[in-house]
Amino acid sequence: MTKTIKGIAASLPLANVDTDVIMPKRFLITITREGLGDGTFADLRFNSAGEQRPEFILNKSPWTRASILVVGDNFGCGSSREHAVWGMRQLGINACIGTGFAGIFYDNARKNGLALPVVSPSMRDLLLQFASDANGNEVSIDLERRRITAADISAPFEMDVATQAALIRGRDDTLDSLEHASAIRDYEAGLKSEMRVSVIK
Amino acid sequence: MSRTLYDKLVDAHKVCDLPDGDMLIYVDFHIMNEYTSPQAFSGLDTKGLDVWRPEAHLAVIDHVNATRSSEPHDASSKLLIDNLQANCTKHGIAFYGLGDPRQGIEHVVVPEQGLVSPGMLIACGDSHTTTYGAYGALGFGIGTSEVEHVLATQTLRYKRMKTMRVTVDGETAPGVTAKDIIMKVVQVVGAGGANGFAVEFAGSAIRSLDMAGRMTVCNMAVELGARAALIAADQLTEAAMEGHPHSGQFAFNGENWGSDPEAVFNEVFIISGADIEPLITWGTSPDQSVPITANVPSATDYISPEAKAALARSLQYMGLSAGQSAQSIKIDTAFIGSCTNSRIEDLREAAKILEGRKVAKGVEAIVVPGSAMTRIKAEAEGLRAVFEAAGFEWRPEAGCSMCLAMNDDIAMDGERVASSTNRNFEGRQGRGARTHLMSPAMVAAAAIAGHLADVRDFKRKASR
Repeated sequence: MTKTIKGIAASLPLANVDTDVIMPKRFLITITREGLGDGTFADLRFNSAGEQRPEFILNKSPWTRASILVVGDNFGCGSSREHAVWGMRQLGINACIGTGFAGIFYDNARKNGLALPVVSPSMRDLLLQFASDANGNEVSIDLERRRITAADISAPFEMDVATQAALIRGRDDTLDSLEHASAIRDYEAGLKSEMRVSVIK
Repeated sequence: MSRTLYDKLVDAHKVCDLPDGDMLIYVDFHIMNEYTSPQAFSGLDTKGLDVWRPEAHLAVIDHVNATRSSEPHDASSKLLIDNLQANCTKHGIAFYGLGDPRQGIEHVVVPEQGLVSPGMLIACGDSHTTTYGAYGALGFGIGTSEVEHVLATQTLRYKRMKTMRVTVDGETAPGVTAKDIIMKVVQVVGAGGANGFAVEFAGSAIRSLDMAGRMTVCNMAVELGARAALIAADQLTEAAMEGHPHSGQFAFNGENWGSDPEAVFNEVFIISGADIEPLITWGTSPDQSVPITANVPSATDYISPEAKAALARSLQYMGLSAGQSAQSIKIDTAFIGSCTNSRIEDLREAAKILEGRKVAKGVEAIVVPGSAMTRIKAEAEGLRAVFEAAGFEWRPEAGCSMCLAMNDDIAMDGERVASSTNRNFEGRQGRGARTHLMSPAMVAAAAIAGHLADVRDFKRKASR
């Protein structure tokens, strides 16, 4: 059960950060979910010689300890690769606060305990500013009450009820859905035979 | 009660409501590739679960394979390829692997095999699954956890989207293709403008497209954030379903797979077809495009400081100057391929431009047909000869190749590519690589000119 996410927030104000940027393709040649932390934002964090880029926010103190990102519009657009979310989690990111997220990324995040609270553009800008101050103050995301607090800032956020419940209870969707196996069988029983696809091997 | 096509499709596939506000929807057909499925199969193993209905899935190799030969080019791509084959054998799932005459890019293979029909719901671990909306089917991309969910339950947890209708009316000018239409839509609606929406395309400019053009439009709808793209089924759709291996095996009748005339959409856009010119992208987001006759934007074109900063960043990455003319942009590479534009119709359009002409000196030009069947058909029509005579490299195997550079087709740092693909993101075609999106015919024109060029300046030679 996760009811509140707390931590240092880093600002990443670029718009349209896509999943190719979050997880470059050279890290995708894998059959496991593990080992993706180093690949996350790799081309932003490291130069082509593999050295840290000192100007990138997550390479600077105190944001090396950041567990929350405040992000630009349309974060997570592009490819469906869930590797992007796995990698962010392995890098220690628990939430991204933004004005809107790409759909597949949003659903992938929910499956992996990455919270994506949606706030108004003005509140996002306020939080970007808050996160940019190098005082290491924490941001708190209350999932139950759907409210973000950061020093004297306090604002509600949007999150659909199902995503909110999934993040709080942290259970396995596949096993949960199989509890409805009889409903799935009933639906299938109602399908005409020509509605059952059978792929030629 | 009037309903949109999208709502009809969701209603027809709803299994049950869930207590937390989601619903379960039934997936008629599920497609897998080698790079987003391994962890889904291992999830089944960990949880001790079986595949609910193995015959309703198809696995295809397309993302990581080399297209120069049917052998894997390295050990890590072989690992992914072998892993998918082993999982399919274990669970009894159809597998179209390397060397199989049915292999190719998943979204090219599925229509070729007759595996899409109006009224179906199709899911795949690939964002460009919106392609199937061209047939009046609900197709959308899913992540790997959802691939596991479909394998285990034949359903997905789903939340109904809002609806948007994009109408493109009127006749488009010669030289303007389906690719230009969808690039214009992305430019107008914006890269995240349809987040949370299912988009239906309507209007005479959409209706008059052939099926390949409709697929190009629906394919790239994901670049505006659409989770689904739809075009109402019509006589053209019915005709396109004939003559394939799975034709006649299934049908999803019972509804008219189009929106009711009185159906209400949450948002509506109207674009005039006559206003669309051949477009190229200049930046690092698919909505950063201009007509080929125009210039790259300048800071004076924007008001907000954020937009000016984004422009500066894109221009720096792309190695361009503000205000320079689109046609002054010299290219290193021309690439024709991808699930957006590698069908036989795309190859024919490019070949019309290439016939009797030569690729400019210093430009490397590559064409990767979308599937083995497409390649064989193109070779029989003499298209390979046209491409090769012009100086294009004709790849013998099908796959995504340089669209996302997961195989050995990787553009170098700073290399500039005229590309018939779908994404111009930073690093998409290789670290530091610079991508300009355009139609296949425009890629052919750029290959000949050595710089981005107006396809309308290349009238077809009458020699054929």
